[in-house]
Amino acid sequence: MADLILTPNIDNADDFYADLLAAHDGIDKVDSDALNARLVLVLANHIGDNAVLVQAINAARLKMT
Amino acid sequence: MNKIFEVPLYAYERSPDQDAATPVRHKVIVIGAGPVGLAAAIDLAQQDVEVLVLDDNDKVSFGSRAICFSQRTLDIADRLGCGQRLLDKGVRWDRGKVFFDDRQVYDFNLQPDEGFANPAFINLQQYYVETFLMDRLRALQAEGAPVQIRGRNKVEAVGTHEDHVRLEVETPEGPYTVEADWLIACDGANSPTRRMLGIDFDGRVFEDNFLIADVIMEADFPSERWFWFDPPFNRGQSALLHKQPDNVWRIDLQLGWDIDKEREKRPENVIPRLKEMLGEEVEFQLEWVSIYTFQCRRMESFRQGRAIFAGDSAHQVSPFGARGANSGLQDVDNLCWKLKLVLDGDAPESLLDSYDSERIQGADENIRKSSRSTDFITPKSDMSRVLRDAVLDLSEHFEFARPMVNSGRLSEPCTYDGSSLNSADALDGPAQTRPGSACPDVPLGGDFLLPKLAGQFTLLTIDADAPEILQEDGIEVRRLALSVKDDMTLALKRRYLGDAPSAVYLIRPDQHVAARRDTYEENAFRHAIRRASGKE
Ligand SMILES: Cc1cc2nc3c(=O)[nH]c(=O)nc-3n(C[C@H](O)[C@H](O)[C@H](O)COP(=O)(O)OP(=O)(O)OC[C@H]3O[C@@H](n4cnc5c(N)ncnc54)[C@H](O)[C@@H]3O)c2cc1C
Repeated sequence: MADLILTPNIDNADDFYADLLAAHDGIDKVDSDALNARLVLVLANHIGDNAVLVQAINAARLKMT
Repeated sequence: MNKIFEVPLYAYERSPDQDAATPVRHKVIVIGAGPVGLAAAIDLAQQDVEVLVLDDNDKVSFGSRAICFSQRTLDIADRLGCGQRLLDKGVRWDRGKVFFDDRQVYDFNLQPDEGFANPAFINLQQYYVETFLMDRLRALQAEGAPVQIRGRNKVEAVGTHEDHVRLEVETPEGPYTVEADWLIACDGANSPTRRMLGIDFDGRVFEDNFLIADVIMEADFPSERWFWFDPPFNRGQSALLHKQPDNVWRIDLQLGWDIDKEREKRPENVIPRLKEMLGEEVEFQLEWVSIYTFQCRRMESFRQGRAIFAGDSAHQVSPFGARGANSGLQDVDNLCWKLKLVLDGDAPESLLDSYDSERIQGADENIRKSSRSTDFITPKSDMSRVLRDAVLDLSEHFEFARPMVNSGRLSEPCTYDGSSLNSADALDGPAQTRPGSACPDVPLGGDFLLPKLAGQFTLLTIDADAPEILQEDGIEVRRLALSVKDDMTLALKRRYLGDAPSAVYLIRPDQHVAARRDTYEENAFRHAIRRASGKE
């Protein structure tokens, strides 16, 4: 079973973060929330592995176990 | 013209039991002549078990209620001798469309795979299903099968004893007492039997109301399931349109929680809603309108001594997924062969414990699936709505999101994984036919597999040897010998062999797999028969 990667893994993290902010530029809260929700679903599908997704959900809840 | 649900179908008649000096004892009494009770009576009568059905009414279900009947239900109805009538009258469908806001986001096909005698689903009014079951029961009676039905016989009190039950029954001509070795309570979601025995029925109520309308109209919508999330004609809510026979269309409109039910049900309020949905110019007539709040709950145990519960009396689900009547028929399918073996002394009473565990497994699966559908259709928080809408928006553009759209996961038979009746899987074969699963159908030239497996234990051999008949402690198992060559479409190979060169399956009377291995081995199969009849 694959483990969720929780160490730095993005080649250029600053670029990714800037892209993420840019996607939210100039849209209101409702559209931003919708965008985030869609992004979560797109990424989840890319990961695909239920066990990794459960670990990711727990990490997002700041649960360390 | 009267609707069939307005005409008495089993009118009250005085029975000799009412004049007996001491209460007459029957083998089995079924309370309730809904789809589940009628199916139970037919199943038992076909196996020559004496059975009496009592119902407080004398007509079929008022209004339609259930409309979607699954492939498994049709397979069971075939075994009960009325599948063809359901099929002839029903509307076949396997396609659907999902709409979000003002646009279609995608369409789907339920059964891309072929080679089954029965379609994935048919739509048919519940009152037709009950009428056809009733006709079948009458036909069995005419052939001399030991089955009776008594209308306007209302069970008022139930007493359970060590080896029988005792019922007080109210009739238009006063009360009488009657007894049975076994009781099957199929008296619906509000089961008076359950209440009289003081058994809890806990679960979850969904805080929502649905307007269910059956309308008669000449319309050229296709026979597909159309489901809307947040449509312009029912903002913030959902809607469903589905075709039934006789130009009757089922419409569900979600209404929300804080509404005045009596008000919403009045034609002057219903008709404008429907016109908004169907278009001003469409002419229609209302056949039946009702408002429902849905619940998901089940009994802790489906059996209390000699009283056994089946159908809605034992478990209730929200209708998204058509799991109510369909699962009730699976209860009957699971129960009746076991009861027959126990009554004949060919299996211990403890075999009936497997009815409880297997059908609780089925009920839990149905409750889990229909609760998830309800949570998708009626988001419970702001964020669950945001996520739901995100799934729908994505589904319009990307295939990956479509399986997440949940407007009802349509009923499939439960696979009894882990059941005490199963033997360990000893075939490197397809997962869909592992021990516990309902046998999938297979075309055999002009014929099909399932009718050959009905009603008795079968040893299905595929390119393998085995004796023609195997007797084990009162249970007779007959062989059905097939070869992959019997099916040019190779469905037999795909569904039952996989990469294995040969296989032997032990199949229960309800067409579920009890054991399988690559070749016949006498000890292993004798052991499997004992397990499958509750003796190990
Ligand atoms: C809007 C709606 C849509 C649905 N759609 C579907 C669907 O598409 N597919 C599906 O599979 N299911 C569907 N269902 C569920 C389905 O209608 C039920 O699961 C089914 O009717 C249960 O059958 P039953 O025989 O257990 O109980 P019931 O049909 O409720 O029958 C119980 C019987 O017991 C009798 N009775 C009660 N008390 C007594 C007494 N004291 N003495 C004697 N008799 C008594 C009653 O008169 C009645 O005849 C739907 C339900 C609703 C409400």
